[in-house]
Amino acid sequence: MPIKLPSFRPRKDAYPPDLWTKCPSCSEMLFNKQLDKADRVCPTCGHHFRLSAGARLESLLDRDSFRELDAGLQSLDPLGFVDQKPYPDRIAAAQLATGLRDAAVRGVGTIEGRPVSICVMDFGFMGGSMGAVVGEKVTRAAEQALVARMPLIVVSASGGARMQEGTLALMQLAKTCAALERLRAARVPYLSIMSDPTTGGVFASYAVLGDVNLAEPNALIGFAGARVTAGTIAQELPAGFQRAEFLYEHGFIDRVVHRRELRHEVALLLRYLAPAVLDTNGTTAEARPAFDPIGFLSSLAERVVPDLAPAEPPAPAEPMAAPEPAAPAEPAESATAAMPEPATARTDAGDPAEPEPEPVSARRAPEASDG
Amino acid sequence: MVDRLLGRNREAPPDAPVDARTAVWNRVQLARNIRRPRTLELLGGMADEIIELHGDRGFGDDAAIVAGFARLDGHRIAFVGQQKGADTEENIRRNFGMPHPEGYRKAMRVMELAERLGLPIVTFVDVPGAHPGPESEERGIADAIARSVGLMSRLRTPIVAVITGEGGSGGALAIAVGDVVIALENAVYSVISPEGCASILWRTADEAATAALAMRMTADDQLALGVVDIVVPEPGEGAHADPEEMARRLRPVIVGELERLGRMTPDELVDARYRRYRVLGAYTEVAAPAAAVPPTRGLGDRLRELLDPTRWSGGNPIPGSSRRDEPPAREEV
Repeated sequence: MPIKLPSFRPRKDAYPPDLWTKCPSCSEMLFNKQLDKADRVCPTCGHHFRLSAGARLESLLDRDSFRELDAGLQSLDPLGFVDQKPYPDRIAAAQLATGLRDAAVRGVGTIEGRPVSICVMDFGFMGGSMGAVVGEKVTRAAEQALVARMPLIVVSASGGARMQEGTLALMQLAKTCAALERLRAARVPYLSIMSDPTTGGVFASYAVLGDVNLAEPNALIGFAGARVTAGTIAQELPAGFQRAEFLYEHGFIDRVVHRRELRHEVALLLRYLAPAVLDTNGTTAEARPAFDPIGFLSSLAERVVPDLAPAEPPAPAEPMAAPEPAAPAEPAESATAAMPEPATARTDAGDPAEPEPEPVSARRAPEASDG
Repeated sequence: MVDRLLGRNREAPPDAPVDARTAVWNRVQLARNIRRPRTLELLGGMADEIIELHGDRGFGDDAAIVAGFARLDGHRIAFVGQQKGADTEENIRRNFGMPHPEGYRKAMRVMELAERLGLPIVTFVDVPGAHPGPESEERGIADAIARSVGLMSRLRTPIVAVITGEGGSGGALAIAVGDVVIALENAVYSVISPEGCASILWRTADEAATAALAMRMTADDQLALGVVDIVVPEPGEGAHADPEEMARRLRPVIVGELERLGRMTPDELVDARYRRYRVLGAYTEVAAPAAAVPPTRGLGDRLRELLDPTRWSGGNPIPGSSRRDEPPAREEV
């Protein structure tokens, strides 16, 4: 094969390669800058485009709060796997195309001042498939959440386990589930966000195990790929099969959330998904008697005299200062009341030119729940 | 390796040139042999008594998974295993060994009970994959698998997992998380069926044998990868040739492991099990990380981009699109 030298002459057919995108759902031609402004949601039909890990982090976390960890993790080729091309070549190509080392990015950041351990997947890297690196990053994110006692958030976008790593990829299910079990035992909450697509081994491990499971509208979420299903059983598949709404109907997803509302909803949920407070000897403060008259009276007093209630945590720098989850703020009703229902497709088209970087309601929310 | 496979491959004449691909494919066929002994047959040959328990207490009883109590050389154990049918009729009843969510929930129920009663758990894995149909998805097959895997990672009682036939992906792992994982010689274990792998990576299911070889799914390969700890040799042509002898060979291995694990405290067991799975997976840490997260584009970047001469050198604005002469999209105006 001849060696191709890079050309420094401007190419005749050069064009801005990423100016327009055609919406696969409504065939509208979308100007990419506007699409990016709208969090890559089609303003016409509400179709959610896939987000890169970087864009996802940017849309969820406070500006400049993200600190990446374990960025240097990179897959090896334990099986010497070769299909149409060798596995290391596939990794190299994906790295070039995405600028990532593997299909997940993990680190710590804050959401409205609350620190979180977060791991975000990128479908652009080999279909977001889960190999040793993705499994390791999710596990480390969980272990860090446990040690630092801050909530864990994982945003999934994956076709499943990475075939090129064979059963070692399958073992990542066990690794991540085991880490999440430890997190659960330590009473540190875990929020799972499923985007399009979340299938196979990723869905059947950490994605489905969230204490709260959120999903984006119409995201493909399921265990077996539709082709496998259709091939294995000669049966017609129901309409909307394996879509976020289907799983919502069957009770495996708590809320289907439009991307525009996602950050706001996550921030609201994080007020309740706070790790249990540790007492001084490092064990969770659970050995409370079933009925504590003094505590009951004081919490009653706090309810009657709102000034006694503990103030909203001063969050950013103090992960340990999270309020006790049983703080007397009547949690359940204010959570649901404050969350707007996911808007329908039509409302998106209303105001495409001037999307707020974050919803106004998100900023005013803190006061709302105190009252 | 190839020679070893050839030596054991008694279906082909010893002098015939059999390549590695065929050898592996023969293994897969052996693992899928309809006469291969299943959970109940193997236990029948090993245990002094078996009491099967039924039902997940939520939906129903899944015949593709059997569970219950048994006595093995004086050890009282709880067992869980997949059960394929020995003929078409039984296979239909047992759904060809493909469990639904309620099967895994039954398994979880029995394993939790075993933990409470202080009984060790032995699981037998032989599954093409969890059932992939709409009913499975509706009832949460992914949820059942993930919870079962998580449960097994923390149970404070010894767990011995035996891959007896097909170890098909998540449906297998759901009951295969153990302190020790044993595989029969002709068992296979893979992240996806070879047919599924071939149809995705080679775009045709005909390459299943190639995929099987590439995934290194035989018991010996899994032993080398550290996924399996012990491989138990099979009699004659394979376990189906002499199920009783197979059970006789398997029993001392299981009992030996139960006795070894029985001497560990629950904390040691759970810690060792966590570490066992924690270290699986091959990765390296590169010193200089790639620019993983694209930085937010500032005004300077945008200006530079605008001034970039290559950007405006003309050409087709929409790659591969026939709509270039149409007016811009509505939102743009």
